[in-house]
Amino acid sequence: MKTGTMKAHLTRRYMFSASHRLHSDEMSEEENGATYGKCNNPYGHGHNYMLEVTVSGSVDNQTGMVCNLVDLDSFVHDQILERYDHQNLNLLSEFVEMVPTTENLCIVIYDIVKRGFIQAHLETVRIEETMMNSFEYCGEGEGLEDL
Amino acid sequence: MVYLTRKAEFSASHYYHNPEFSAEENRRIFGKCNNPNGHGHNYTLEVTVKGAVDPKSGFVVDLKQLKDVMSREVLDAFDHRLLNKEVPEFFTRIPTTENLAIAIWQRLAPKLNMAQLHRVRVYETPDLFVDFFGEA
Repeated sequence: MKTGTMKAHLTRRYMFSASHRLHSDEMSEEENGATYGKCNNPYGHGHNYMLEVTVSGSVDNQTGMVCNLVDLDSFVHDQILERYDHQNLNLLSEFVEMVPTTENLCIVIYDIVKRGFIQAHLETVRIEETMMNSFEYCGEGEGLEDL
Repeated sequence: MVYLTRKAEFSASHYYHNPEFSAEENRRIFGKCNNPNGHGHNYTLEVTVKGAVDPKSGFVVDLKQLKDVMSREVLDAFDHRLLNKEVPEFFTRIPTTENLAIAIWQRLAPKLNMAQLHRVRVYETPDLFVDFFGEA
């Protein structure tokens, strides 16, 4: 049976470590403390972020692949991990005026992958900030899979 | 509608090689996976079915039946096998994780009369998995 028209979703997990501080200049010191709690500590703190990138597409008849994993790995390594791993997120240009919550990090990473990785369709960027919480972004106008 | 997921594990070996490609193309496209002596993985399979909860049993599906179908149709055929040589689907298709998910779906879908198949997820490693929803 042919598989060339079958659509599959491929998910790859990556890890990076970074520090951040949640603080908004639009709020008073008190409001920042009330909103962000421990995450507002002026010296910041860090996480081991687990990043999941899900792409989809037809499974190529010749290769059996949605896209070559080497291409996805090298893109994420060069464009995402090189940029964020062992960095203080607050010092990066995208977070000068945007609070580096994991919600915002999801959106920023989604946009980088969406713009630059053309070998497959980007479905979802999911980030586990810790083992207990995770965030997912599928772009605007696209809903989450129902599972 | 309730979704139920059953996990299973199998270990198998494979290699990636397309006879329509030159030796050089095979190496370039498939890299280390092109080693003709093969290599192996501990695969984790997740099968998700969906359905209404039966008012008498409180089940979406009898888990024992689902487990038996998975064992008979997939694990007995795949576990501790060289996929390229021992599983007929992969005599002609490359045994990538994508094609494993599709082949497993095609094996299970006709046998699961007790619930509707929703998703087949195959982990090749904890950091790489493929989902197939039966989409053409």
